[in-house]
Amino acid sequence: MNSEIRKSIIAAAWFSLLSFPLIVLKVDYIEKTIDLRWNNLIFIAVGTFFVSYVWRYFLRRGEKSRQEETAVGIAIDQKKRPSVDSPTQKILTQLSNLTQSKPLIAILLVMIVAFPLGSSTYQTSIIISTMMYIVLGLGLNIVVGMAGLLDLGYGAFYLIGAYAYALLNLNYGFGFWISLPIAGMLAATFGVLLGIPVLRLRGDYLAIVTLGFHEIVRLVVENWDEVLHGPSGIPNIPKPGFFGLKLGFNGSTVYLYYITVVIMVIAIIVIRRLHISRVGRAWMALREDEVACQAMGIDTTKTKLTAFALGAFWAGIVGVIFAAKSSFVNPASFTFYESAMILSIVVLGGAGSIRGVILATLILILLPEYMRFLKEYRMLLFGALWVTMMVFRPQGMISDARHKYELNPEPDGNENKS
Amino acid sequence: MTGTYDILSYFLELFSSGLTRGSIYALLALGYTLVYGVIGLINFAHGEVYMVGAFIGLIVAGIMSIMDYNILAILFVTLTFAMIYAAAYGFTIEKVAYKPLRQAPRLAALISAIGMSIFLREYVILAQTPDFVSFPALIPKPAFLLAIKNYLEPTEVLIILSSLTIMVLLLILIKRTKVGKAMRSISQDREMALLLGINVNKTISMTFMLGSVLAAFAAILIAAHIGQINYNIGFIVGIKSFTAAVLGGIGSIRGALLGGLVLGLTESFATGYFSSDYEDVFAFSILILILIFKPSGLIGTVATEKV
Amino acid sequence: MKTVLQTDKIGKNFGGLRALDAVDLNIQEGEIVALIGPNGAGKTTLFNCITGMHEPTDGKVNIIPPGKGKTCVNGFKPNIITELGLARTFQNIRLFSKMTVLENVMVGCHCRNKNTFLEAIIKGPRFKREEKQTLAHSLDLLETFGLVDFAQQMAENLPYADQRRLEIARALATDPFLLLLDEPAAGMNPNETNALDQLILKIRTEKKISILLIEHDMKLVMRISDRIFVMNQGKNIADGSPQEIRNNETVIHAYLGEE
Ligand SMILES: Nc1ncnc2c1ncn2[C@@H]1O[C@H](COP(=O)(O)OP(=O)(O)O)[C@@H](O)[C@H]1O
Ligand SMILES: [Mg+2]
Repeated sequence: MNSEIRKSIIAAAWFSLLSFPLIVLKVDYIEKTIDLRWNNLIFIAVGTFFVSYVWRYFLRRGEKSRQEETAVGIAIDQKKRPSVDSPTQKILTQLSNLTQSKPLIAILLVMIVAFPLGSSTYQTSIIISTMMYIVLGLGLNIVVGMAGLLDLGYGAFYLIGAYAYALLNLNYGFGFWISLPIAGMLAATFGVLLGIPVLRLRGDYLAIVTLGFHEIVRLVVENWDEVLHGPSGIPNIPKPGFFGLKLGFNGSTVYLYYITVVIMVIAIIVIRRLHISRVGRAWMALREDEVACQAMGIDTTKTKLTAFALGAFWAGIVGVIFAAKSSFVNPASFTFYESAMILSIVVLGGAGSIRGVILATLILILLPEYMRFLKEYRMLLFGALWVTMMVFRPQGMISDARHKYELNPEPDGNENKS
Repeated sequence: MTGTYDILSYFLELFSSGLTRGSIYALLALGYTLVYGVIGLINFAHGEVYMVGAFIGLIVAGIMSIMDYNILAILFVTLTFAMIYAAAYGFTIEKVAYKPLRQAPRLAALISAIGMSIFLREYVILAQTPDFVSFPALIPKPAFLLAIKNYLEPTEVLIILSSLTIMVLLLILIKRTKVGKAMRSISQDREMALLLGINVNKTISMTFMLGSVLAAFAAILIAAHIGQINYNIGFIVGIKSFTAAVLGGIGSIRGALLGGLVLGLTESFATGYFSSDYEDVFAFSILILILIFKPSGLIGTVATEKV
Repeated sequence: MKTVLQTDKIGKNFGGLRALDAVDLNIQEGEIVALIGPNGAGKTTLFNCITGMHEPTDGKVNIIPPGKGKTCVNGFKPNIITELGLARTFQNIRLFSKMTVLENVMVGCHCRNKNTFLEAIIKGPRFKREEKQTLAHSLDLLETFGLVDFAQQMAENLPYADQRRLEIARALATDPFLLLLDEPAAGMNPNETNALDQLILKIRTEKKISILLIEHDMKLVMRISDRIFVMNQGKNIADGSPQEIRNNETVIHAYLGEE
């Protein structure tokens, strides 16, 4: 028998044994019932057999290409090393090149604009969510992808934005449009406030501190009933009105849809411009090597705080959209899972890649909406995805996100895609 | 007269519940510290091993109590099963999620660890239940402890004593045995350990298994004491125990013990004398303050990066 | 001759170890000074103290930027010192490996530009002007270092010798008056080393900057340096022209003593 198949059978047996008590048995000692679910075990055994086979195959391949790479590196030390593209890499590159074609973007835009006209309010609302996650992913991508600061508490800024609108509206009657910039600025301010104490922290400690920050913010909201309304949250948050016009539920959802489209487009443009600017390069230098970055004359303090602030800003903005969309906020909507979901988008999409974020949001947020069976398993798959991505493709789906500067700039310097 | 008595007994109550929490934190903090010492990774999934251990225990204890076994027998078998299974989970988690990333940047391994943690939570939700379930009360109240029951809760005393025993056993294991020596030498210098012919892979696996066994032990004790569990118990306890490990100086075994007890006691007194609403906020704030102002912990040294 | 760097009895302790002890180093405008000494002599530590990566335990580091007065930079952050006009490379290469060769050099131009992120978002006039200058200047530098063909390659994909050269180009992009090179020829073959010393001489004449370099390749050191500064066990044991150092008893002893 093929040794790989044998190994996979062993793995399947091991995982069956491992999961047996939890997967097969369900015990209620008060009612004195024992539920045996043998079909689950079959599923696990077959599933882990295939997963293990494929997993091993890719592990071996990764190892081989790494060995070849070092061998090549030694052999042709003098010449430039040819970049070896794997087939998957090629497909992804082509896919991402496709998104650069102008006609395609135009068609996409028309589709996005036309979408609510032929769809139910429910569908429209799903696409609003998707676009919200695109903006959240882009915002977090500034912090994690570009500046390399692993932030597990991004959901806290999202919460701050949502609550800012809810409270401003409840207490002072502020509308959507005034609250929007205030919430963005407030979230950015909190970003700086979190940023200052953690400046000197090492990467993994930073991750834990941001996680703690998120939990603190959520728990404070949960417990501070008098001011923040505690676990029951704040209801009756209005949607934006259209020049004083009161729209119905459907109408206002469509209106919110277009607002979200505009915000998303602005976010994409702004973040793309930042990416290829002086500060964007400083972020990436910071990510690559903090010591060298500082030796290049870059103020790492300022650079980190800008990343925290500009990242948090977008979470604040999307928070307002969230509050308006669901017309209700409570702390339970902003658990660690929310941060994990947004971080999944960045991890899958690829550090620093805008197209990657969009693609990843479509896969992670939109796909489960239409494949109901996926929804139940969504978080499980997210967890598995994180591990798989780190083991096989830590750079994300779209890795070659580096901007190619036009080497012979025309007088007006046409900007390339990033 | 009764006033003084009440004040004293309330103090003792808080003290013993603080020590109980503290010993649980310490048991888990040891897991974080051992793994961190050996491979420099914050094993984010450690809290989940604790949670899985509790669920395995629930199943074993449930079956046995339906079959009407003696409570001590149930406790013994439950502990054994939970610890063996937890060790197997710890071993597998390391092989799947961390081993391929030994050479990768620290953050990649951390992301993988968090992914593993999310996976395990969801796995338990899907395979068992998203709700709280009750856990049989397995800890006996031996006669000799009933004498002091006006001052201290007997089950708590038992938990504290047995945790201390198992920690002492661990200390002896690390000081005296070959595996313990291998663990210490790897944490000091991995390359050197390799040259000395230490089996690094085996030692790392052993480290994960040891930590997991301790976690399962803690899980069963506390589940049987509190009487209910759900899929989320590993998350908060995990983070608090990590706090304890950092508080004592991560990588240091004595530090983990100290940090666990200090955190447990402070938490207990703070919630007992002030307010319990902000219990978790309190723990997280300690974590953040320690990481920011004294990342080396109470006992421990800072490693500076060489330029 | 004008002095550009002057260390005043600087010392550095690491715990109980005295890595630097009362080191006085002066560098004149346009000079190429080689810093030599056995491994562990404290050469890199001296660099770190001068560039602000470590703060000296005692003594003073003074720099005199052209056209400005003497400044004591003790306790300054590394980025401020770079802004004042000191640039360095690292003994173990520290490029931004997941950025392109061109971007690496553009990062070096960071501290000579002023545009803010707001200007980048609205593409303000200053942003456009500075980006254009940065690009042109960076390509110029890459041309000088023969790296222009690799401009769009990932830095990590460059051969070793090119990576060392890119580090120098990146340091030059910060527009320094004094360049500190930590073992620039380490790991290079003889041909590459020869090309390197031409390059260093060219940088000095064309850009009119002073150079302090740590180097173990004595042939290279003898060929290009105006002066040699020898260290051993944290102390300066000799300072003089290549001729003088070649015949210096203490130096010979320090080196032979080590073998
Ligand atoms: N960050 C540091 N912490 C502790 N000791 C250090 C540090 N940096 C250098 N040293 C010690 O200082 C001495 C000088 O090192 P270094 O300056 O790197 O020598 P060189 O560059 O001349 O080979 C060595 O003994 C080294 O171990
Ligand atoms: Mg050195």
